[in-house]
Order: sequence, then structure tokens, then C-alpha cells
Amino acid sequence: MSKRNSINRINDQVFKWFGIACTIFGLAMLAIFLYSVLSEGIPRLDWQFLTSLPSRKPENAGIFVGIVGSLWIMGLTALIAIPLGVASGIYLEEYGKKNMIASFIEINITNLAGVPSIIYGLLALEIFVRVLGFGKSLLTGSLTLSLLVLPIIIVATRESLKAVPNTIREASYALGATKWQTILYQILPASAGGIMTGVILALSRAVGESAPLIVSGALIYTSVIPSHPMDDFSVLPIQIFNWLSRPQKGFIVNATAAIIVLLGITFIMNGIAIYLRNRWQKKIKW
Amino acid sequence: MEKISANNVQVYYGSNHVIKDVSLNIEPNTVTAFIGPSGCGKSTFLRLLNRMNDYIEGFRKEGDIFLDGKNIYDKKIRVEELRKEVGMVFQKPNPFPKTIYENVVYGLRIQGIKNKKVLDETVETSLKKAALWEEVKDQLTKSALALSGGQQQRLCIARTLAVQPSVILMDEPASALDPISTAKIEELIYDLKKNYTIIIVTHNMQQAGRVSDKTAFFYIGELIEYGSTKQVFTNPEKELTQNYITGRFG
Repeated sequence: MSKRNSINRINDQVFKWFGIACTIFGLAMLAIFLYSVLSEGIPRLDWQFLTSLPSRKPENAGIFVGIVGSLWIMGLTALIAIPLGVASGIYLEEYGKKNMIASFIEINITNLAGVPSIIYGLLALEIFVRVLGFGKSLLTGSLTLSLLVLPIIIVATRESLKAVPNTIREASYALGATKWQTILYQILPASAGGIMTGVILALSRAVGESAPLIVSGALIYTSVIPSHPMDDFSVLPIQIFNWLSRPQKGFIVNATAAIIVLLGITFIMNGIAIYLRNRWQKKIKW
Repeated sequence: MEKISANNVQVYYGSNHVIKDVSLNIEPNTVTAFIGPSGCGKSTFLRLLNRMNDYIEGFRKEGDIFLDGKNIYDKKIRVEELRKEVGMVFQKPNPFPKTIYENVVYGLRIQGIKNKKVLDETVETSLKKAALWEEVKDQLTKSALALSGGQQQRLCIARTLAVQPSVILMDEPASALDPISTAKIEELIYDLKKNYTIIIVTHNMQQAGRVSDKTAFFYIGELIEYGSTKQVFTNPEKELTQNYITGRFG
């Protein structure tokens, strides 16, 4: 064997072990984090904790307001972001001509996906809270998060539409279908799995966000269950943030328990997304 | 009267001149084969007849094409209506990822036809005409993607027949199929000729010889020779045709 070859072989081994070490490092960090959160939080996690309102005493306090707020935020964000995002994706992919304006929009959407979330919070503070006067309401919060996740939904929609082979479009046109009928009856059903996966991932991101909501004013003490989009609210991440800034040990434990709940929600949502993706991949083979 | 009549048709993709001054007439209830080497413009010409090139960027056409005496590129013609009259079967079987039943009735559903009886009857008659009924009549609710390639292609033909066209364009319909499936498609073409005008693009000389009444030979965008299949194959007027058919190039 030549010298060159044995050097290549050594390099190969070095990089292999380097890669394995990196992977283990990442997984170990996650395991340590999970262990410390779970060991501290699990004992605190009971029905009383899930259904109680905030309280000055850590042992009486619960995350009910946060859970309800997060569900409201998720629902409203879905209502706003899904139609806007999917429609934009359809327009850009199926209708938009491939010209300068299209590529300009495309670059901007990609950039928007990379904007730090706190910037969206500042934007929301100016536009939704001050100019439009929506206050520190659920509406402001969900509009803010909608802006944040729109790029994710648009990109996911476009990718899923792109994955539908052109032969399906042609088959539909050849049978006398209009463009809209083709999109509605063929393209969307065939790409629904991918779009839904993107939507769920986007919503799970929205549920976990706190920075933009803190900036736009949701960091307030509220012990009232919101019942209207214009109501004040709190969400799980803000509740966690809030408790972590208290000096009492009891609130820190509360925060870890709330983290477990939030992690549970995101895991479940990501699980659904993965399940949908696999199911659709199995169902449709071109 | 001719079913289809093309006069001095030119097609450009951007600055690419892909169809050069083609004129030809097609009689009703005949099978016409378009032959020629890859990239000769035969598929492009076929797709002019149901305006499938309209979406291609940079597409430009000169000259007129008439179907039953009507200019199909007239502004008053709705392209969706034209495509109900001129159906198309593609090279690769492309059933929708839906049930067999839904594949066949798609063309009717988009016209707003909801009557269950009409839909059921259409499914049966179309699948029978496409010689697929006996094989699938007990599994109409099964996914079309579970069928074999040959069955899928016959399903695509059935789907096309369901909207009752008078012309069927076939773009190398058997090139992705095994010999037995190919033979079935060819038999089918022979049967369908009674009621439809069929134009088929093929790379397979034997196939053109077996199924078609007339043959058009295209070469680099030009229509070199057009005549009865028998004459084109046994006694071509042009040397180029002779060379292509005998396999000296292509």
C-alpha cells in the first residue's frame, strides 16, 4: 500500500472518531439537561400544579394560566399564520412568474427566517401595541408569533408543492382542469403531508418562544384565565422565565416542572409531525 | 372534412426555432404516428394540439391549427374546453394518487358532475373501453398507484376517455411498458380508432407500422415526409426517411 493511501486511511479514521465524539458530546449535554430537569421537576408535577393559578406561595402556584395562554396563542397563531403562509407558498410556487420580483421576495423570506425573534417582538411593540392599539393582548402575541413562523410555513409549503411531480399537473390540465382546480384537487392533497409537517413544526416553535412576547409586553403578572383575544395573557415560557427570576427555591422547582410540561408539548407536536411525514411518504410513492 | 389541420406552424422557445413551417391534415377516425429522432419536434407538435406548451416559458407560435374547422388558438377558445375535446396520454403512466374510481371520474368532477349514477356508468364504460374493467372491477376503491405500469397506463387512457374527447394524443404511451402491456395498448389503439382520432408519438418503428394508418416523419423541426404508413415504410419518397426507418441513424 502506498504512503498516500495509508495517510488517507488515517485521516478517515480520525474524522470518523471526531464525528462520533461531537455527536456524543451533544447527546451527553442533552442527557444531563434532561436528567437535572426531570429529577428536580417530576416530584412537583401533579394535577394540582397543572390546574392551579399563580400564587405567592410556590407550593400553591400552578401553570394553568400559562397552559391556557399557550393554547390560545397556538390556536390564534394557527388561524392567522396557516392561511397566510400556505396561500403565499401556493402563490410563489404555482402562480408567481420566475422573475426579478420573485427572486427578491424569495431572498427576503429566507432572510426573515433568520431574523432573531426578539426583533419581531420590537416590531410588534411598535406596530401592534402602539400604532394599532391592540395592547398586551393575546391578539398582539399571536400576530407577533405569526410573523415569526410565517417564513417556516411558506418555505415548507413551497418545498412540498415542488415535490409533487409535474406529470400530475399535466395530467390534470390535460383532462380540462383549470389551474385552480389542479391546485385544489391534486397538488394540495398530494402535498398536504409536507405542509402539515411544516405547520406543526412552526406551531411548536411558536409555543416555545418567549423573547418576542416578553418584548411586546406579555411579561406581566396575570392570574386571570384569558377568555377573549383582547385579554391579557401569559404563556408557559414566560411563566418559566418569571419563576426562574424569583429567589425562592420553590419557584425554581416550579419552573423545572413547567419546563417538563413545555418539553412534553413540543415533543408530542414534533412526534405528530414526524408521524405525518412518514405516513405520507409511505402513502404516496411517485 | 379534416379533423385537424395545421397551416405553416412555427414554434419558438425563446430564440430556439423548434418547429419549422409544418403543415399537415389529419383525417377523422385514423391513427397517425409521429416518428423521428429525439428532439425532432414531434412531441412539441403533438402538444400544440391540446395547447400543453402554453405554460412553457418563452413559447411562441406562428401559423394556425384548426380542430373541426375552429382555430384552437383563437382568443375566444377556452383552453379547458379544448382539452376536453382533445385528450392526452403521457409517456410515463401518471395516475393521480387516488383510487381507481376517482381517477376515472376526475374529469367529470371538475366539470361539476355529481350524479352518482352518471359517475358509476362512466367508470364502467370507460374502463371497459380501455380493456381494464375485468381486471379492476372488484377493486375500484383501491389506490391507482397499486396497479402495474401497464394497468396504470390503461387507467390513464380510461380517464381520458371518460371526458369523451374526439381526439386522443399519445406521447410514447408504451415506452415505459413491458412487451405484453405494450401489445395490450396497441390492441386498444386499434379498437379505439373506430370512435376516436388518434395521434401517437413513438420511437418504435414496428409499433408505428403496426398501429398507424398514416405516418409523419419529423427531423430537426421539419416535417420531412407525411403519407400512408405503408407507403412511408415500404417506399419512402425521401432518402432521409429511408435512412431513419432502416435504422441507419436516429
